[in-house]
Amino acid sequence: MRDALGRVQSVLLVGGSSEIGLAILRRLPRADAAVVCLAGPDRPEMERVAEALRAEGVGRVEIVDFDACDLGDQTAVVDAAFTDEPDVVIVATGYLGDQATAEQDPAAAARIVDINFRGLVPVLMGSVQRLRAQGHGTLVVMSTVAGERPRVANYVYGAAKAGLDALTRGLTASLAGSGVTVVIVRPGFVRTRMTTHLKPAPFATTPDKVAEAVAAAIPRGSRIIWVPGVLRWVMLVLRHLPESLFRRLPG
Amino acid sequence: MSAERGSPVRADGEERLLTGWGRTAPTRARVESPTVPAEVAAILGRPPIRGAIARGLGRSYGDAAQNAGGTVISMRALSAPADLDPVTGRVRVGAGTSLGELIAAVLPQGWYPAVVPGTQYVTIGGAIASDVHGKNHHRDGSFCDHVHAIELAVPSGARLALTPDGPNADAFWATAGGMGLTGVTLSAELQLRPVASARMRVDTTRTRDLEESMGVLREADATAQYTVAWVDLLARGGALGRGVVTAGAHAGADEIAAVGDGVDVPPNRRIASVPGVPGRSGVLHPTAMRLFNELYFRRAPSDSHRGLEPIWGYFFPLDVIGDWNRLYGRAGMLQHQFVIPDAATARLIPMVERLVATGVPVYLAVLKRLRDGRGPIAFPLLGWTLALDIPAGAPGLAAALDRLDDEVADCGGRVYLAKDARLRPDLVATMYPRLPEWRAVRDRLDPGAVMRSDLDRRLSLVASPPRT
Ligand SMILES: Cc1cc2nc3c(=O)[nH]c(=O)nc-3n(C[C@H](O)[C@H](O)[C@H](O)COP(=O)(O)OP(=O)(O)OC[C@H]3O[C@@H](n4cnc5c(N)ncnc54)[C@H](O)[C@@H]3O)c2cc1C
Ligand SMILES: NC(=O)c1ccc[n+]([C@@H]2O[C@H](COP(=O)([O-])OP(=O)(O)OC[C@H]3O[C@@H](n4cnc5c(N)ncnc54)[C@H](OP(=O)(O)O)[C@@H]3O)[C@@H](O)[C@H]2O)c1
Repeated sequence: MRDALGRVQSVLLVGGSSEIGLAILRRLPRADAAVVCLAGPDRPEMERVAEALRAEGVGRVEIVDFDACDLGDQTAVVDAAFTDEPDVVIVATGYLGDQATAEQDPAAAARIVDINFRGLVPVLMGSVQRLRAQGHGTLVVMSTVAGERPRVANYVYGAAKAGLDALTRGLTASLAGSGVTVVIVRPGFVRTRMTTHLKPAPFATTPDKVAEAVAAAIPRGSRIIWVPGVLRWVMLVLRHLPESLFRRLPG
Repeated sequence: MSAERGSPVRADGEERLLTGWGRTAPTRARVESPTVPAEVAAILGRPPIRGAIARGLGRSYGDAAQNAGGTVISMRALSAPADLDPVTGRVRVGAGTSLGELIAAVLPQGWYPAVVPGTQYVTIGGAIASDVHGKNHHRDGSFCDHVHAIELAVPSGARLALTPDGPNADAFWATAGGMGLTGVTLSAELQLRPVASARMRVDTTRTRDLEESMGVLREADATAQYTVAWVDLLARGGALGRGVVTAGAHAGADEIAAVGDGVDVPPNRRIASVPGVPGRSGVLHPTAMRLFNELYFRRAPSDSHRGLEPIWGYFFPLDVIGDWNRLYGRAGMLQHQFVIPDAATARLIPMVERLVATGVPVYLAVLKRLRDGRGPIAFPLLGWTLALDIPAGAPGLAAALDRLDDEVADCGGRVYLAKDARLRPDLVATMYPRLPEWRAVRDRLDPGAVMRSDLDRRLSLVASPPRT
């Protein structure tokens, strides 16, 4: 149970090795014997993360195998991940993929959509069902500004994220009055291993800045946040730019 | 919804977001509002998946009367009119009756509850579940020290008659202060105290600092039935903990002859109600509160002073403002109340100084002396209790109170569960060393762990069966 000061006793991180996800996890005010559950495909990596978390004072770390390319119903994953009644569920699974490859290889494009959207649907729906039943909790979903308007450089990824974002907005509305709140996070360029090979875009930020913004948003109820915050207004403008102009923008 | 009416009555239950009086950590529950005891048994008998907990008027500050995803049984409709024996002062009341309603019924006949907390808007069931204390704890003990019998519905469907010294005494004392986790109190038989008037004789003394507040309070306890010290923890430097100590007694018939009213006075009216306040941090502000405290302090005469005060205003000063908790804004407030034993008296002032040094603003602070409690998880013990009103959004609050908790636990003290919203779970066993004894009795009354609350989940009070 979360306390009056927002301290969490149990957190589920889907994307158990995600740099941004872990930064958020570490920023959450935490009760002493808190439990963390990591869900993801790379067990050895999650074991390493677990060890680090324990060294930082997390009481117990559970690991659940989850591969977003597995398009089954994922009920077993959700069941296992909800053993400790999470106060906060962070969905940070994501895969940028390679746009050029995706344009050549339809399967590669489908894979981007699977990991960023299709494969997350059962986990999201299942999580929301559980959260709704427990009557409390916060769902944090990693979306992106790239989903707000498709760009030539990464429109497959953007489309998948747009799907995720739209689904999550729908879930948010359906959760009104349920005791569950949802924070949708739309960062711009974040310096992580996902983007090391890319030239930083304007307004580039860090996992820690994203985490700070998320931690500040959680006590305030359901909302969409942009990181950095100015992107909200930048995107508002960009969404309405004529296509001819938009296409010519750098970055 | 007006504060005193509690939740609306609906037989089939409705989903609602609930918080305690501090308005922090809302969770959703199905609220059932039984109108007869058999409906309580029916609710407990269906066992709701995430259990059930009773709720009175929601005046506990934290999450004691919440049950996320489960059932909350609003007891307000179970308020059978007070059945008073005017000769002995024994009264039978439904658990959903508020203390204010009880007082309005019995005061005109010359009776008054033996113990009342700082608000009339609590139910009998809530007063028992927290075993509340009043300004007379040092002399008269807690609410349940004046309860002859409790009628408790347990999840098995049984209705138990519990008495403080009878064969079920352990169940009685596990229910007293048991935070609703032993079952649902349906009704109780209380012992009232005879009063000759609806006025209090009050001696007021102004004090210079915390040390003097403690000294004057201790002295007053030797002679006065009701005592309390309001202390100013926003005052700076040497004035920290300056205060106003009041010592009260029920005024005799002779004393009120001049005033001209007897016991037949109407309850005090709300003079204002606070509407929804926009913003997270509300309208209270350290500077404004410092000014308020200054005025309050100055209002008290600098020399000791004696006066007659109406009984309602004396016991329930805050009740004249409806929904005053809204003043703290959306972020809400905490009331942090702890007690430390007499052996640690010398540590109180340094503890308070350290807390204040963190910059955490304590808007309101009330100091009192308690005597030992009786139940296995009773809050009171012989020593000093301090109740602190703090905006929940205050920066650094978590660390500051954690540190205070460590000191309190270290000197054998504890935090009051009825007000708690943030205690570290690992400290509960230290602060409540008789917790295992309470659990054993509780488990016997509710082996399936049907009685559950957010407080219980947060602090793992009910420990035995697997958690849901
Ligand atoms: C302004 C103010 C002043 C206060 N002053 C004092 C004080 O001086 N001394 C003091 O001790 N406390 C004080 N309190 C705290 C208050 O007295 C307790 O929290 C009390 O329990 C609240 O009663 P309630 O009916 O509102 O119960 P709720 O807050 O609704 O519930 C509190 C607990 O009682 C249980 N409960 C309620 N009804 C039943 C029932 N029928 N059967 C079983 N369990 C039940 C609930 O499950 C919960 O655990 C104060 C609170 C406020 C807001
Ligand atoms: N970095 C940015 O610029 C940026 C900007 C906006 C939004 N985001 C979003 O933020 C989230 C976190 O990204 P990040 O920067 O922290 O990158 P990251 O460290 O690469 O995290 C991505 C996570 O997704 C997991 N994942 C990849 N393929 C998976 C699969 N098939 N099944 C299950 N999980 C899989 C990864 O696990 P493995 O390590 O085991 O593969 C990893 O835990 C992502 O949703 C991302 O889209 C990032």
